[in-house]
Amino acid sequence: MHIIETGNVAAALAVKLAGAQVVAAYPITPQTPLTEKLAELIEAGEMDARYVPVESEHSALAVCIAASSAGARTFTATSANGLLYMHEQVHWAAGARLPIVMCVANRAVGAPWNIWNDHQDSVSQRDTGWIQVYSCDHQQIIDDTLKAFRIAETTSIPVMVCYDGYLLSHTYMPFAVPQQEDLERFLPPFHPSYALDPHSPANLNTVTLPETRLDVHGELAHGYMEIRYLLQEDLRDAVQVAEETDAAYQEVCGRGGAPLVEPYRCDDAEYVVVGMGSLTYQLRDVVETLRAEGHRIGVLGVRLYRPFPDAAVAAALKGARGVFVMEKALSYGYEGALCSDLKAALYEHIPDKGTAPFVRGLIAGIGGREIRTADLTDALRSGLAGSVSRPNWIAIQLQEPS
Amino acid sequence: MGTRGYRYKTSHSLPGPGDGGNTGSWRVQRPVIDLERCTPAKRGREACFTCWLYCPDCVVSRTIPPAIDLEYCKGCGICAEECPTGAIAMVDESVFHEHVEG
Amino acid sequence: MTKTTILSLPREEYVHPGNRACTGCGLGIAYRIGTKALGPDTIVIVPPSCLTVLQGLFPVASTKLPSLNVTFASTAAAATGVREALKAQGREHIKVVAWAGDGGTADIGIQSLSGASERGDDFLFMCYDNEGYMNTGVQRSGTTPQGAITANTPFKGKPQQKKDVAAIMAAHGLDYVATASAAYPLDLYDKIRKAIALKGVKYIHIHTPCPPGWGFDTRYTVRIGELAVKTGYWDLYEVEAGRFRLTSASARTLVNGTRKPVMEYLKAQSRFRIMSPEQAADVQARVDTKWHSYAGDEGC
Repeated sequence: MHIIETGNVAAALAVKLAGAQVVAAYPITPQTPLTEKLAELIEAGEMDARYVPVESEHSALAVCIAASSAGARTFTATSANGLLYMHEQVHWAAGARLPIVMCVANRAVGAPWNIWNDHQDSVSQRDTGWIQVYSCDHQQIIDDTLKAFRIAETTSIPVMVCYDGYLLSHTYMPFAVPQQEDLERFLPPFHPSYALDPHSPANLNTVTLPETRLDVHGELAHGYMEIRYLLQEDLRDAVQVAEETDAAYQEVCGRGGAPLVEPYRCDDAEYVVVGMGSLTYQLRDVVETLRAEGHRIGVLGVRLYRPFPDAAVAAALKGARGVFVMEKALSYGYEGALCSDLKAALYEHIPDKGTAPFVRGLIAGIGGREIRTADLTDALRSGLAGSVSRPNWIAIQLQEPS
Repeated sequence: MGTRGYRYKTSHSLPGPGDGGNTGSWRVQRPVIDLERCTPAKRGREACFTCWLYCPDCVVSRTIPPAIDLEYCKGCGICAEECPTGAIAMVDESVFHEHVEG
Repeated sequence: MTKTTILSLPREEYVHPGNRACTGCGLGIAYRIGTKALGPDTIVIVPPSCLTVLQGLFPVASTKLPSLNVTFASTAAAATGVREALKAQGREHIKVVAWAGDGGTADIGIQSLSGASERGDDFLFMCYDNEGYMNTGVQRSGTTPQGAITANTPFKGKPQQKKDVAAIMAAHGLDYVATASAAYPLDLYDKIRKAIALKGVKYIHIHTPCPPGWGFDTRYTVRIGELAVKTGYWDLYEVEAGRFRLTSASARTLVNGTRKPVMEYLKAQSRFRIMSPEQAADVQARVDTKWHSYAGDEGC
């Protein structure tokens, strides 16, 4: 069934189809229509879930953490400063190994206040131990959110599905809505290995020592370091889980095939421009223009950002002469986060560094600055000609000091 | 959970005594019950048990007479202070340990 | 409801001995007797606090009930989350009980507690008030009383008044708000039994003497708690569906009219050692005013 709806509604429909049992959320632009849709579905009896209108985002994720610990399938959504407010809980959910799914309608962070789209909110969470997926259109939003529940419950790691605020959250596009019956086998009910239960009492996430220590059976239990190591190991394994989940979903719905990176005209490309989210689809228009001018250029969309699919990224790029990374966030004090991660992947996987492509980072759309296709094309033309503007922030309009 | 078969992927503690080890070693004084003043001991039946009520550490048994679990008793003295008949005295630990010559 | 006696208390213990609580810990008494009132079908939620330590370090738990440790600000939100999961699963007979310290209730925890109270979620929230951040070394909190020396009010004592948290919770219109004391565990037991039979958010505030934090010998934990009540400094009461009523020793004090001077309570704790006579007189005056209003309410 195809409908024409917003990205936020696409996400909400996925949450409904996934059978989330507890939803907690606090309103923040541009996420609000997502949770409003969920409230409508629940109040209308179309979705059997508990809806908790919490008094802050920190509490939103607190409710999800607790409900998930008690064995319920849970969901929340937020943006920008809301995500930052729950940052402590974001770390907590990962360390507690809870399969929470959260949608982030990407928005710029304060200060100063800004309600428009960039990726700084979710990119700033990349170290927390969550799986992060970036959706490029409404179809991916609904598909990625559905897959997220299965990936989370398979790995016991929370998943963040990120999509551009306003550009995707509020625009209308046609997309297919899977049938509930088709999803029964893809996503069975949630059965955690442990849920809070008086019949099997345990104390979860209490103070954990640096050193290992004997448990009540007299056996050596892990210390904090081992618990954290296993999060990292399971996260790295989640690359494979993402691929397997995508394959299983493809069997059900017929869509998928590029769960880690999504290439466009990269097979014979000398140059590749890399991005995340809706920007990568806009870059396809740029690629068409530049191809017509004789450049062999392609686009690589990074879909799974954490765990970073370093092998897949390196494999897609190692034959290129040059790589341009275009992103809507950065690690302040250094450079674009994706740019750094990508360079590290190339360094790791290309034994003869002399054959590695050059990498140039570009920043676009910070605080929702309009990303005009012409500006992207000009920036890449300059890059292809061997010069990158300083600063490398596209469409910036610095005023000379008086 | 996850893709590998390790136990303890999370901080998951099971109930058991002695989390703090031998907390009896914290004691400077230990409670000693005078059975001739202890009400349940004297009456030979359930009575009083004020010491059992107020013990913060679950080391007083609700038996006739009450008994102190010296493995874990921290020697706070609340039982001695609250006993209505003054049947419990706090006695210096050193009395119960052999004096080891240098 | 018949008053529970020592002999009618359930025998079963829900706490293992040998935990890391301080010698003579008031929370030890409150938690031990409190968990008897709750029984086995209970899920406990605990923020960072003395109870975190009492409940044990991984991998040994001193508590025999399923417990969830949560971040400092989120106790009531977590209690909500557990309850909502239980509702979704049809496991509604399980009690959900938060045990937070004063900081986790009234300072950093107050936002989530107020939100949950306004939403009318279904759990019992218990604040054990040892009047400071004792777990981290006796720093002042919103419920530290005026004049108390703490690690960060070391020479002049806390200038501000103690935050009246029970009154704040009563103002939320909860069906059940009560004050209690670790020194009156049977009164606490009965209040918990009453509270858990009700739906909605229920709140019990437990005055919890702390030997190292308040400065008294460990054997006097119950004595100090009793003095607080017998001087009328700390009152045991219930607010049920908006109706206020003193209970236990406080009710007896009202009837007998015999309140000990507050100075007896203050001078027994070294944390009040720098209180001036004027400050002590002010404390007495406040206590007197409060009790005169009780007498007025009772129509005496």
